[in-house]
Amino acid sequence: MSAIIQLKDVNKWYGDFHVLKDINFEVSEKEKVVICGPSGSGKSTLIRCINRLEEHQKGEIVVDGMTLDENTKNISAIRSEVGMVFQQFNLFPHLSILENCTLAQIWVKKKTKKESETLAMEYLNKVQISDQSHKFPGQLSGGQQQRAAIARALCMEPKIMLFDEPTSALDPEMIKEVLDVMVDLAKGGMTMCVVTHEMGFAKEVADRVVFMDEGNIVEAKKTKDFFENPENDRTKLFLSQIL
Amino acid sequence: MSFFQNHLEKIDQFLNDHPKVKFLLPQAILIVLVVSIISYFSFNASSNLSARGINTGFGFLSNKASFDIQFSLIEFDSSMSYGRAYLVGLLNTILVSVIGILFATILGFVFGILRLSSNPLASGLATCYIELFRNISLLLQIFFWYFTVLRLLPQAENSIVLFDVIYANIKGIYFPKFIWTNLNLFIYGLIFTFIAIYLFNSYANRLRENTGKTLPQFLISIIILIILPTLVFFIFGVEVDFAHPKLETRMGIANFIGGSSIIPEFLALAFALSLYTSTFIAENVRAGILGIDKGQKEAAASIGLTNTQVLRLIVIPQALRIIIPPTTNQYLNLTKNSSLAAAIAYPDIVLVFAGTALMQTGRAIEIVTITMLTYLTLSITISVFMNWYNKKVSLTER
Amino acid sequence: MNKTLTYIKTKFFSSPVDAFLTISISYLIYITIPPLIDWMFIKATFAGESKKECVAGGACWIFVKTWFNRFLYGMYPNEEVWRINLPFVFLVVSIVAYRFLNEKLKKHLFLFLTIPFPILALMLFSGGFLGLEQVDTREWGGLFLTLVISIFAIIFCFPLGVLLAMGRRSNLPVIRYFSIGFIEFWRGVPLITVLFMAGVMFPLLLPSGTNMDKLVRVIIAITLFEAAYMAEVVRGGLQAVGRGQYDASKAIGMGYWKSHIFIILPQALKLVIPGIANTFIALFKDTPLVFVVGLLEILGMVNLAKTNPAWLGMATEGYVFVALVYWIFCFAMSRYSLSIERKLKTTN
Repeated sequence: MSAIIQLKDVNKWYGDFHVLKDINFEVSEKEKVVICGPSGSGKSTLIRCINRLEEHQKGEIVVDGMTLDENTKNISAIRSEVGMVFQQFNLFPHLSILENCTLAQIWVKKKTKKESETLAMEYLNKVQISDQSHKFPGQLSGGQQQRAAIARALCMEPKIMLFDEPTSALDPEMIKEVLDVMVDLAKGGMTMCVVTHEMGFAKEVADRVVFMDEGNIVEAKKTKDFFENPENDRTKLFLSQIL
Repeated sequence: MSFFQNHLEKIDQFLNDHPKVKFLLPQAILIVLVVSIISYFSFNASSNLSARGINTGFGFLSNKASFDIQFSLIEFDSSMSYGRAYLVGLLNTILVSVIGILFATILGFVFGILRLSSNPLASGLATCYIELFRNISLLLQIFFWYFTVLRLLPQAENSIVLFDVIYANIKGIYFPKFIWTNLNLFIYGLIFTFIAIYLFNSYANRLRENTGKTLPQFLISIIILIILPTLVFFIFGVEVDFAHPKLETRMGIANFIGGSSIIPEFLALAFALSLYTSTFIAENVRAGILGIDKGQKEAAASIGLTNTQVLRLIVIPQALRIIIPPTTNQYLNLTKNSSLAAAIAYPDIVLVFAGTALMQTGRAIEIVTITMLTYLTLSITISVFMNWYNKKVSLTER
Repeated sequence: MNKTLTYIKTKFFSSPVDAFLTISISYLIYITIPPLIDWMFIKATFAGESKKECVAGGACWIFVKTWFNRFLYGMYPNEEVWRINLPFVFLVVSIVAYRFLNEKLKKHLFLFLTIPFPILALMLFSGGFLGLEQVDTREWGGLFLTLVISIFAIIFCFPLGVLLAMGRRSNLPVIRYFSIGFIEFWRGVPLITVLFMAGVMFPLLLPSGTNMDKLVRVIIAITLFEAAYMAEVVRGGLQAVGRGQYDASKAIGMGYWKSHIFIILPQALKLVIPGIANTFIALFKDTPLVFVVGLLEILGMVNLAKTNPAWLGMATEGYVFVALVYWIFCFAMSRYSLSIERKLKTTN
């Protein structure tokens, strides 16, 4: 399987703070990678660099053969292949769920209203909230909103889906419904890069698990190896705290 | 201290034991108080007025005004009634308020957005502008424009000339008077133009929904706006002639006769109101744009919308919800502040009606009441509109 | 060196629009600031006795110097000016010394400053007893008048505003509707009409022959007017205090007044300190409007001075001076409120 995401010697600073240190990281097509680590380790920053929500200062990022730099054409092209799901959902509150999903299809992909609505309902069905399509985000529960957000990202038919702590803002009862959708998505063959603390999800679905601490990738292994034979002390400490 | 406390405790205890009394007593006391004060005032007022031989009643409104008004949108001379003078004042108030609101909004948005610029010069300029014009008393700004800036304009003989037909001097800005033939046809043409633009945009929207094709709506709307009225103008025999202002010297004083003019009082008031109010609107605009969660822009960017699209479809609709209520408040403040016209003798409703008319008729109570009711009506109208607007656009929540 | 160049490029020239802004604003600064400094300082005349000595072409500050006493005290007789200076100096000293006193003294000083002190000061200003010459309020003017009006109005409009805010949220319908009507009335009319009312109409409402001092009428009018705005600010604070606080104070047996005074209001007021400060600042900036009833505070004095035949054309200098005075006071007030806010945050 060829690498669809490649990070080579990527470094990033916030002012003087060195947040990403010599990151070398690859994701193959259809691979599911879980990134975990303590807060401040740089994991969110890492995936946000992939769709240029953050800029890296050093190193190279290549997504589906396109190099990520200031070139806005490249950035747009890459963003249409990479979907993102946020911790705070970020649905557009002034639009209905259906409109949230059709907006980019109409304005970016120039589809007709009918086409975009058909596709939107398909994905809303997949995440099991098609009956809420005419409601507004403020009327939905957290779990429903996040599932709608996943549908919104899928409507752009991306090759890669990035998840930035998708369940961290949810009440416990709603975490499962979102994780179920993500498991479904994984089984359907999507390339996924997920930052999360949900180790159960990792064990079930991930091909690889990456542990980050203080801006470095400390350990990256196939899932089974990661949980059964962690090598690094910091990894062991983290796993003992979280499991 | 203890004496008072003891008795307060006793009263408290009594009230708590008799909840009905606790509920009714304060209200009864207030009603008695208000009624007594009003009666006291009314009694005094009627005896004072009859002692001076002044009647009450609104009949005086149809009496002859016997004074001229320097600037008026409608025909007025000293033979017309006080009622008409009121109307002139009201129209002048509305005129300066509308112009002020228009420019305050434009300037407010410009400087509000500039304040958020990443260019330090731009944001610094905006900050200085806002801090300067916000903290200086509005009255001082009016005086400054009127007595300092506008006094710098030359005398009539040496007027500044713009485009050969506009003359600016210390007495005002003089420009050609429009004399229309078939003005009504032209207005119909304008109405037709706006309908055409509306229809075109509806069509363009529907086209986009059905086929995904987008048309350059803004550009075409502008073209329609320019072409249609011009066609109407030439085809329907609408004519416009100009009465040019001419410089004449009478008794050694040079003046412009004919044409229309804008008096410096209006300009000073309009400038001061616009600049002063724009600072508050700028802060509202800034709050509105900052109030949009960063995540909204990120989510919009992550599904592929361009910067302009993000602004137009996501940021501005949400920002307007935050910006519009306090901005409507500022419009109201501007309208009330226009009453400062009295300080430089711009004939607004306060100067004309509560000033000159009051002095002439002595009907203080009627006139002040009418004036205050006028402003109250304006305030309440705007409040009602704002409440309606708020309800209409509030984000639907559970 | 490279770092500075990149910094300049990204901050000032990142796009064509940006570059245009940078260039045009720089040009704007170039054509306004140097001539302004020139006029205000370099070519200005500071020393002299009359307008004739202002020949340098810049600002004629002699105007301000000559009229300085008038701008400060209005038409108050020069020999009696110490009666104004004394209380104000005391006030300033108390405010500065305030932070160095212990709790008990602070409380006593605050109570003294808000109630007996203004009355004593007022008596001193008016005179008419103990051999002090009587100075009619008509002669009070300038910055002195501005401060008298502002301080009295602030002291009175604040408690009134709090009461109105509480009244607006009351369960007693008569009180609630009265408060709403009262507030919306004063907020719906311009201050100028209110002052007109106080000056022209109000005397008609009093028994003939009684003469309420014009200054008193003006202060009452401004107090009532600003109290309505203060009420809305405080109402915002009361609404922001969590429901739980009301419930908790009821649960421990505190009645309406006790719970408001000891629990609700302290929190509510702390939340809206910026709003309260803004209302005070607005009040201060509204004082020039008293010209409609013939009182001349500092701006009014400048307007008077500039019509003096010996000093024609000095409008600009006068206005710049007044603008500066206002700016200093407003700035000081907002800084002070910021420091109060900060202090209260730490003791939370």
